[in-house]
Amino acid sequence: MDIIAYIKLLFEDYTLQVITLGTAILGASCGMLGSFAVLRKQSLLGDAISHAALPGIALAFILLGTKNSIAILIGALVSGLIGTFWIRGMIKNTRLKPDTALGLVLSIFFGVGMLLLTYIQKQPNANQAGLDKYLFGQAATLLISDVWLLGSVTLVSFTVLLFFWKELKLLLFDEDYTKTLGFNVRFLDILITSFIVLAIVLGLQTVGVVLMSAMLLAPAAAARQWTNKLWVMVLLAAIFGAFSGVIGTAISGSVRGLSTGPVIVLVASCFVIVSFIFSPERGILFKQIRKIKNRKELKLFKTLSLMYEIAQTHEDISHPHQIAILNDFQGYSVKALKELEEQKLIRLNGKLWNMTKDGYHKAAQLFNQNTITND
Amino acid sequence: MTSSQIEIQLIASIVAAACALPGVFLVLRKMSLISDAISHSILPGIVIGFFITHDLNSPINILLAAATGIVTVVLVEFIQKTGLVKEDTAIGLVFPAMFSIGVILIALNANDVHLDIDAVLVGELAFTPFDRMIVSNIDLGPKALWVMGSILVVTITLLIVFFKELKISTFDEGLATALGFSPVILHYGLMSVASVTTVGAFDAVGAILVVALMIAPAATVYLLTDNLKKMLVGSVAVAVFSAISGYWLAHILDASIAGAITTVLGFIFLMAYLFAPTRGVLSVLYRKKQQRKEVMLLTFLLHIQNHEEEEERHVNHLNGHINWHEVRAQSVLELASKNNLISISKGVITLTKKGFDFSQQAIQYITDNERSEIENMKEELFLFRG
Repeated sequence: MDIIAYIKLLFEDYTLQVITLGTAILGASCGMLGSFAVLRKQSLLGDAISHAALPGIALAFILLGTKNSIAILIGALVSGLIGTFWIRGMIKNTRLKPDTALGLVLSIFFGVGMLLLTYIQKQPNANQAGLDKYLFGQAATLLISDVWLLGSVTLVSFTVLLFFWKELKLLLFDEDYTKTLGFNVRFLDILITSFIVLAIVLGLQTVGVVLMSAMLLAPAAAARQWTNKLWVMVLLAAIFGAFSGVIGTAISGSVRGLSTGPVIVLVASCFVIVSFIFSPERGILFKQIRKIKNRKELKLFKTLSLMYEIAQTHEDISHPHQIAILNDFQGYSVKALKELEEQKLIRLNGKLWNMTKDGYHKAAQLFNQNTITND
Repeated sequence: MTSSQIEIQLIASIVAAACALPGVFLVLRKMSLISDAISHSILPGIVIGFFITHDLNSPINILLAAATGIVTVVLVEFIQKTGLVKEDTAIGLVFPAMFSIGVILIALNANDVHLDIDAVLVGELAFTPFDRMIVSNIDLGPKALWVMGSILVVTITLLIVFFKELKISTFDEGLATALGFSPVILHYGLMSVASVTTVGAFDAVGAILVVALMIAPAATVYLLTDNLKKMLVGSVAVAVFSAISGYWLAHILDASIAGAITTVLGFIFLMAYLFAPTRGVLSVLYRKKQQRKEVMLLTFLLHIQNHEEEEERHVNHLNGHINWHEVRAQSVLELASKNNLISISKGVITLTKKGFDFSQQAIQYITDNERSEIENMKEELFLFRG
């Protein structure tokens, strides 16, 4: 099935509509909450939490014997939270550094999860198939009830974010100030972390434990490049996330045997790459262009100030000089001279040049500025 | 035990030991997550190498994958340098993208490749004995044994040769640079060793569990010792022990060997985390409680010393006055009298000679800003600690 057929089917097929809606909502809520994770420098916490959810998924299945999404989500939520608090405990109470704590929880929980998962797979129980969709995600398994759950959780977290918007914003940018203003930083911290854990857990079915963290990070990192305003960033991240979800699901749906997770992550990564390169203010491309432009301008000014020094020695500033004389000092380029002439700062006449009034004035100003900044 | 069982345990132990050694330095240099990034992002390298050679263990494959690992490190550092995102976000963006490419490549070529996505995550330790190293018709044992064995030998050799440089640059980078060791070469050298080890271990234990093998033994031993040599030896011991007991756990449960090894590692770490003598959580919490009580004792002694009048020194008055609950005040009182710092008669507290000297000295230290000295004084004077 190619993409066009897929889009056509999208308007007719109910299941497909459900799946698309589900991934869009998921992407949006991940982008929204991911913005906070990225700004709080908790990017990798998401990675640890999503891996830490695996044993919870497997245990919920072993204990309850059901693949009911809600039971499994609760299992994932509990083990994700245990992982999160263990990381905090390790950082606070031992000399292990945050990176080690994250890596430990991530790999150990995942290892336990895989042990349980392989144990389940060997059991003579027909019901066990399909648990491994939680590894790389399978959007096709989304049911309308899952979408309702996704939608309501997203709505709740959105409302809470709005309600605590001012406090959270303050917390992101100046934690100490928030504390001195008397806000309960610990409560806010636990609030935002819990919602991040919740978003991760909800995404597991679609994106999978292995790659879920990217779903949280990538839209937010992309959105960060386009704006310096928090609400714009959150909004953009939600939009990027939703599009990554929908496009990723469409691509993986049209190729057989492709899990949704990796495709969504790659689509989101494309958003990141484009943003890194093309964003007007922070992007690499425009930064480089600005750098080159600055360099050129600096060269121009250098030539101009050299001319100024020469012109200063004469009473008549528009007294013509040999071009060659510039060479004896620091050099010049033909291009720079032409550029200066175009800006009407100097006049060229064969092998002679002389400064215009404008040019002299500008150079004098330049000179003043330089001496001032040198002081 | 059958011979293949022995071989699996041998391979697992060697993999674990080979991972544990670079892991020690990753943990000490705060680069644990680099192992996570490398282990995920070498996947496309491994898959492409596999398409070319059709052999997971060929040297070309290993070199290609290791190169991918180093490319990842460079890419992460490049993104960090642009300043567009924070350091950890850079890591978090690069490796899932690379891993996704690998997974998609596998999925798209599922028919040609017997490279299973599950194997990518947990490896296929159980199958390693079937891939034999055969040179001119002589069976030399499993290939993985040779590959990981040589990686281990090389790692140990490098470790012995560059031990001094690694040690100094890990603990004092400034000194190392001043002494003329290039931090860049050491950094990338370590990255290369980690990368090659990860690739070698990948086949056996998969992408994510490599991380556990690298950092869990080191983190466990780090809670027990301050000595680098002990830490290296200890990590290897923990790693090998977990490898062998993990194998038997998996054998009993009939589940993934790599998963079981990680579970054992996790359990050992948890034990060290809780019960390590000075750095474990329990002893840290105990010490914190002790210190809190002793600080309260000091406050209490100073209060008594400050007040001549009897009513201020009355037991009942104290509860209200320093704002302590009765239970807490009682326990502080008990500690003070056990240490012969105070005497109580008719509910009025008086400092003994010892208590007076102690609080005088303590106040001297506080005003001189030498508070750490108070710790030594406590060692000297207290019969009972809080």
